[in-house]
Amino acid sequence: MIEFKDVSKTFDAKTGTVSAVKDVNLVIPDGKIYGIVGYSGAGKSTIIRMLNGLEAPTTGSVTVNGSEISALKGKALRDQRLKIGMIFQHFNLLWSRTVLENIEFPLEIAKLSKAERKAKALKLVELVGLKGRENAYPSELSGGQKQRVGIARALSNDPEILLSDEATSALDPQTTDEVLDLLLDINKKLNLSVIVITHEMHVIRKICDHVAVLDAGEIVEQGPVLDVFKNPKQAITKRFVNQETDTGSADDTNIAVEEMLKKYPQGKIVKLTFHGEQASSPIVSETLRQFDDIDLNIIEGNIHQTQEGSIGSLYIHLLSDNQQSIDGTLAYFQTLRVETEVIERG
Amino acid sequence: MVDTGIGSYFKFSNVDWSSMGTATWETFWMTAVSIIVVAVLGFLLGLLLFETTDSDSLLIKALNWIVSAIVNIFRSIPFIILIVLLLPATQVIMGTIIGAQAALPSLIISAAPFYARLVEIAFHEIDRGVLEAAEAMGATKAQIIFKVLLPESLPALVSGITVTAISLIGYTAMAGAIGAGGLGNTAYLDGFQANNNAVTLTATVIIVLIVFVFQFIGDFAVKRIDKR
Repeated sequence: MIEFKDVSKTFDAKTGTVSAVKDVNLVIPDGKIYGIVGYSGAGKSTIIRMLNGLEAPTTGSVTVNGSEISALKGKALRDQRLKIGMIFQHFNLLWSRTVLENIEFPLEIAKLSKAERKAKALKLVELVGLKGRENAYPSELSGGQKQRVGIARALSNDPEILLSDEATSALDPQTTDEVLDLLLDINKKLNLSVIVITHEMHVIRKICDHVAVLDAGEIVEQGPVLDVFKNPKQAITKRFVNQETDTGSADDTNIAVEEMLKKYPQGKIVKLTFHGEQASSPIVSETLRQFDDIDLNIIEGNIHQTQEGSIGSLYIHLLSDNQQSIDGTLAYFQTLRVETEVIERG
Repeated sequence: MVDTGIGSYFKFSNVDWSSMGTATWETFWMTAVSIIVVAVLGFLLGLLLFETTDSDSLLIKALNWIVSAIVNIFRSIPFIILIVLLLPATQVIMGTIIGAQAALPSLIISAAPFYARLVEIAFHEIDRGVLEAAEAMGATKAQIIFKVLLPESLPALVSGITVTAISLIGYTAMAGAIGAGGLGNTAYLDGFQANNNAVTLTATVIIVLIVFVFQFIGDFAVKRIDKR
């Protein structure tokens, strides 16, 4: 378990003191993937770097599995660091070493014998799917492959925690997904706690169990990922959630809705939001069977998968000569426990 | 009668090949020994400069300032003056002020600070992130130096020592002219002073060849070790 208690960090800059992290209180359970999301400069890196003592809090304490990192020094700190793996945005591999030698590097630091190092590194090469590339140098690898080496290296000392510092931010979308799948796989296989910091909500949605939103050094919102996606409270969280759930056509949808409202003044435009199981039930066809004098027009829809279930939204246009049928349909949606929002003119 | 025309350059019958061989060996020996010492000393000084950069501790700041000042002073003294300046010290250290051995202290003292700066630059070129990654893995300072700093900057260290070696060859010729022996001595005494232009030309060609050999070895080594 990881605990941040009243952690603040200030830096002395030429322009005065800069407050990077303010009163952060966090408890991160074992075996989960915990995401911290924020824009650049929000203090994410400072927070994650406190977990392996690369950064010390100005006030407060950081405790990892019972030992207070923020109080450790010298050998005790180095021994603790052996138990924490870290992966980086720019991979930070040694160009002078092959894939295998890079993975063996932390084992050399831990003073394992040559034979033990090799055996362990070979296993990890296989785990991260780089079999056959053991003797390649980093310059011969693609970005995704380099990050796989980074992950294997971070895992070599059997860490209790894996820290991921914007590990997919330098990768293209497809490679990002491959690396995220690998992290998820490792989390499940090794029951390893993973702390992910990122500015991409996509990463949070895809692999995280819990998320904390960081804004200007403060945690403004936290909770299970599905809850935060369903019901974002802070404006910044809404921005992050929209960044992921909008299909990029949000503006188009708004224009289409406006047009529809003008064209069919008698109908109703409704936004339905689905969570979890509802997302897979055939709501539209059921509705049409229930109310045979209803016409239903789908404007836009999307669905996203998170670790705890799906979340989706659907814009529909209800048309009927019979006002009662429309009201009945809206009431019917309520019984299906679908969030319903009637979009009014204006 | 002394022949001083262009044709005199090619009167190779005037060249004493055995003393030319000895002089070549002396130049080579002076260069080789001083390079080895300069490589070690320059590496240590460069490391000291690198490790003491941007420290918060006042003591370390002072150390950096002192080392930096010494390096800058010895780098600024023209070599020919440095030799003369160091003559008394050379007498004490080497027991003589004549011959190849006597050239070593001034060669080393002038080249080591130069190489130290190249080493410092080479270390600064290493990606900060890689050093931080090693630190995050729990590496000790010694492990970072020998497992990260040294191998990751090796191509720059090798090309730096190549550049240093070549300027050292130039210095040995200068030292030779005032009594250290070697090809510089031959070119000056047996060539210039004796109006024997063929000797001067031969010494020049041999020095150029030695420079080429060092450059070739250096370039080849860099190519082999650089996997970027």
